[in-house]
Amino acid sequence: MSISICNISKQFGDFVALKDVSLEVPSGSLLALLGPSGSGKTTLLRIIAGLEQADSGHIKVQDEDVSQLSARDREVGFVFQHYALFKHMSVFENIAFGMRVRHLKDAEVRPRVNELLHLVRLEGLGNRYPSELSGGQRQRVALARALAVKPRLLLLDEPFGALDAKVRQELRTWLRNLHEEMHVTTVFVTHDQEEAFEVADRVVVMKQGHIEQAGTPQDVFDHPATPFVMDFLGHVNVFHGRLEAGQMHLPGFAMEYPEYQHATSRDATAYVRPHEVELDRTPQLETSLPVRVVHVNPAGPVTRVRLVSDAFGAAINVDLSPGRYRELALRPGDQVFATPKRLRVFLPDDYVI
Amino acid sequence: MWLSKSHRVLPGFHVGLGYTVTILTLLLILPLVACLLKVATLTPTQFFAAVWTERARATYLLSFGASLVAAVINVAIGLLLAWVLVRYEFWGRRFLDSLIDLPFALPTAVAGLVFSSLLVEKGWYGQVLVPLGIKGAYSQLGIIIVLVFVGLPFVVRTVQPVLESLEGDTEEAAAMLGANRWQTMWRVLLPALQPSLMTGFALSFARGLGEYGSVIFISGNMPFKTEIAPVLIVARLEQFAYAEATAIAVVLMAMSLVSLALVNWLERRSRRYAP
Repeated sequence: MSISICNISKQFGDFVALKDVSLEVPSGSLLALLGPSGSGKTTLLRIIAGLEQADSGHIKVQDEDVSQLSARDREVGFVFQHYALFKHMSVFENIAFGMRVRHLKDAEVRPRVNELLHLVRLEGLGNRYPSELSGGQRQRVALARALAVKPRLLLLDEPFGALDAKVRQELRTWLRNLHEEMHVTTVFVTHDQEEAFEVADRVVVMKQGHIEQAGTPQDVFDHPATPFVMDFLGHVNVFHGRLEAGQMHLPGFAMEYPEYQHATSRDATAYVRPHEVELDRTPQLETSLPVRVVHVNPAGPVTRVRLVSDAFGAAINVDLSPGRYRELALRPGDQVFATPKRLRVFLPDDYVI
Repeated sequence: MWLSKSHRVLPGFHVGLGYTVTILTLLLILPLVACLLKVATLTPTQFFAAVWTERARATYLLSFGASLVAAVINVAIGLLLAWVLVRYEFWGRRFLDSLIDLPFALPTAVAGLVFSSLLVEKGWYGQVLVPLGIKGAYSQLGIIIVLVFVGLPFVVRTVQPVLESLEGDTEEAAAMLGANRWQTMWRVLLPALQPSLMTGFALSFARGLGEYGSVIFISGNMPFKTEIAPVLIVARLEQFAYAEATAIAVVLMAMSLVSLALVNWLERRSRRYAP
């Protein structure tokens, strides 16, 4: 089932949560609403669910306008950040709840619950109470409970937000696989860009109640539409300088930027991703920036190096592959040369390049 | 437990146990023993004659019956009050909230006097109720009314924190799964509140059994009709029949213990899902 979100606005008192948001969610897709807190992503999810009423605009599910339907009539599965399981019911009864309130016969309920217990890999735990489960298990019960009534849509509000790193990772992969099996149109909210990019096949970046950019993870990552998106997607290096005749001039050094060939000089902000900077013992180009190593963190798949340019007075973050790091044998205090490989420039007044 | 050496905030287990036992002995066990010793001066026949007269049986029945009815009423009223105080924001909520505790502090004799003056034929309530055939003053109904008054805060104060801790998303989850309000109430909210309601019930019931001050002013203390067990004890004391008075007290105490143990057991059973 596809979802059409048309011109949704929502205000809480003086706070504008959403302003004129429109979005298409294709049938069978797995979409992530990504943004910092206060960006309106959870409000949008709750409006789709019917837990919140929009001030204006409407929501369509497969051409049917559901804006006026109450939450219980929308046939939407919803998973809450803090699970919201019924503590006094066993796992089995939690999952069965949606069918029980529809007065389904026990003969129908039992096999369906067992099937779902199998799906979320909790066979044999049907008689436990939620207090006897781990966080990851509880979230899987919540998911099974939401799926039990065969919803038209599945909505998840920061589903892994309250779990520790290892369990999060497992559940992400598992959710992705589950979606491939079930193909229920799914929207989930997250503030974790890594999670959004890993799980979703469409990413929507939100900021202060509007959509900054929507697209495939590849699109959004490779072609960030705004400085905000660029900034939000990772520890990016920011340089303020002047753009003139194919070069970005910064105090103390310059970088090539062939996309801008005008002779008139303009203020501009350049963004360089940490993995798009090369470090060398000797200058690669004339314009390579001499920097001093401040801190090295070799834990993890990339080695994170923090450097400072003494001439330029700014900190720069660079991610190196572990191989390159061993080759360079960097130690704090070493003098090296940084060469940005790729530069993204945003002009302050939305100047189109 | 005896041998475990652990670093706790409070001093060791032995000191803690000693303290608890001492306090309980001084406050509960010694007075109880004194009662039992007093009763032991009676022969079994005398004991039975004192505690199982027709009049005494009527007082037990009224004490337990009125407390039970009052506790049931308190559970219903208290739940609703707690609900309104927790779930709605309105002007004067804090004031109402502090008003709930009033029966804790007010001398209960005052409550008894006020209610009886309201419920007599010329009183504010009585003017309306007596013509309808409802006699509040000097009746069993009056006893129930004052017991509701003194027991109400127990239910409100035990249910309130649990209601506050129930996250709103539990109700939202029920709605998303297709439950209507009625189903959400009966299947989700009440079961979650049940243990605290049971505790409130037990406290209110126990309070009703022990209540004396307010009841003597509203009940009229007519033997076989509106005489509660504590009043009978006082009546015996006034006749200098100390041993008989104590015997009735001991029976009352034994019955209270049994019924409280029963309520506690039910309460623990309803909590079994949260170890």
